[in-house]
Amino acid sequence: MLPTATMRKFLNDPGEAVRDSLVGLAAAHPGVLRYDTANGIVVRADGPVPGKVGVISGGGSGCEPLHTGFVGHGMLDAAAPGQVFSSPVPDQILAATHAADAGAGVLHVVKNFPGEVMNFEMAAELAAIDGAAVETVVVNDDVAVLDTPGTAGRRGLGATVLVEKLAGAAAERGQALDVVAGVARRVVHRARSFGVGLSSCTPPVAGRPIFTLPDGEIELGIGISGEPGRRRVPMRSARELAALIVSEVLTDLAPTPGAPVLAMLSGMGGTPSSELHLLYGEVDRCLRDAGVEPVRRIVGNFITSLEQSGAALTVLELDDELISLWDAPVHTAALRWGM
Amino acid sequence: MTDTSTTIDGRALRTWLHEFGLRVAENSDHLTALDSEIGDADHGSNMHRGMAAVVAAIDADAGTEPGPLLKLVGRTLVSTVGGAAGPLYGTLFLRMAAAAGDAGPLDAAGFAKALRAGLEGVAARGRTEIGDKTMVDALAPAVDALEARLASGAPLDTALAAAAAAAAAGRDDTAGRVARKGRASYLGERSIGHQDPGSASATLLVEAAVAALGTGADGQA
Repeated sequence: MLPTATMRKFLNDPGEAVRDSLVGLAAAHPGVLRYDTANGIVVRADGPVPGKVGVISGGGSGCEPLHTGFVGHGMLDAAAPGQVFSSPVPDQILAATHAADAGAGVLHVVKNFPGEVMNFEMAAELAAIDGAAVETVVVNDDVAVLDTPGTAGRRGLGATVLVEKLAGAAAERGQALDVVAGVARRVVHRARSFGVGLSSCTPPVAGRPIFTLPDGEIELGIGISGEPGRRRVPMRSARELAALIVSEVLTDLAPTPGAPVLAMLSGMGGTPSSELHLLYGEVDRCLRDAGVEPVRRIVGNFITSLEQSGAALTVLELDDELISLWDAPVHTAALRWGM
Repeated sequence: MTDTSTTIDGRALRTWLHEFGLRVAENSDHLTALDSEIGDADHGSNMHRGMAAVVAAIDADAGTEPGPLLKLVGRTLVSTVGGAAGPLYGTLFLRMAAAAGDAGPLDAAGFAKALRAGLEGVAARGRTEIGDKTMVDALAPAVDALEARLASGAPLDTALAAAAAAAAAGRDDTAGRVARKGRASYLGERSIGHQDPGSASATLLVEAAVAALGTGADGQA
């Protein structure tokens, strides 16, 4: 089946878009990762690393480089990619768990989406039967969603990238499973995110945009699956949007006054670097005005929704250990420093 | 008083699953469109892929007992659907399999009992209650209606027809509700006015049972 006439994407068969893209990812990064086509997972090229705690994640495709682009030294040992915006199945997650298991146990990093939580839960039950030691950390940093009983709870957004980097670094240092899981939980506890969408996006199989925005309107409080956000409002300046985003995040995070923070501004996939940096300039100023200092900053496309325009800010309150883990060497398709 | 004349064996269940697969295929775009409004636009394509795999698996399987067949269906759905629907529909059939056991063909009450067990599995896996705007809103009234009609002496076809009507009513009611589970819950009040896609596919499942199990005893349809 060829792409529909209304959709202009680099595709062969839309139904094989995920697989075909992973073939290309592996071709582009042969020393970093492998694509295990039989199990539908991406694994670290030199893994499993003897004695090291395994760190795995997974989720719907379409949010790249999350998670497959973060497989490699100092981050993930394996990633289980689902169909576009759809959780991987337990078989994939179980295979990723076994691929990452060097005998020291495996950490499951799970974004708080109902499908992902349930599929990881079923996989963890199966892994336990196989005798694998699995700890699960659920990431739920999205302040746009009410975290009240009787809801699915807050979504996992940009903090997922930070958990994968920081827990991955702790595992690379040879820390035990409970310590690695503790780092992950600390990051979840101290990180918050808020996203703004300027357009929708088109999943290859659906062939048409998920929603349509009237001229002059934007979505506040978006997630990472191209779904509408919490509110639709008139477009406004980057300065006003930055103030709103920073206020949403800091009000909920309530950081220690004067605290060092890591600020990650991730594009949603379709916003140019120039716009992202323009927005980051405003965000940086707002953060300093609010009394927190962004001592580590990262701006780019890290957790996305296909070609959606927009951006999401994640703020993590740091301590010396987290700074050290952030600065530790990493070599993945999407993040690389120190080696 | 209950309908003991009808038996539901592996062949009847295969007819039901084929019928459900056909309805999912026909409604795949509709289910995805519903999911585009309040979810992530994958319910139709995920269920279509999963039911195609189920139909292939049960056609390749020679077994005649309901329990093992339902287990095969559940395992196939868990392995192929993904999203939230994979674990939920997978759990539905795995719990039905456990309830059906190795006892051979089911009578009407046995089928209702298995469906009740499946519903309870779905609610537990999804931590879902009725009124949360999920597939449970269609399945729960359907199972209630099925049990009530069978208990009052109605034959299986009448009871299934009542179950399908109850499922459709539950499905239609979801449009007026605020989602409290699933991705639609992220929209809060904005989820009102949109039918839940899981309740729509669950209604297809019950309607397929009317077509496949309601008339032809022993699955001779």
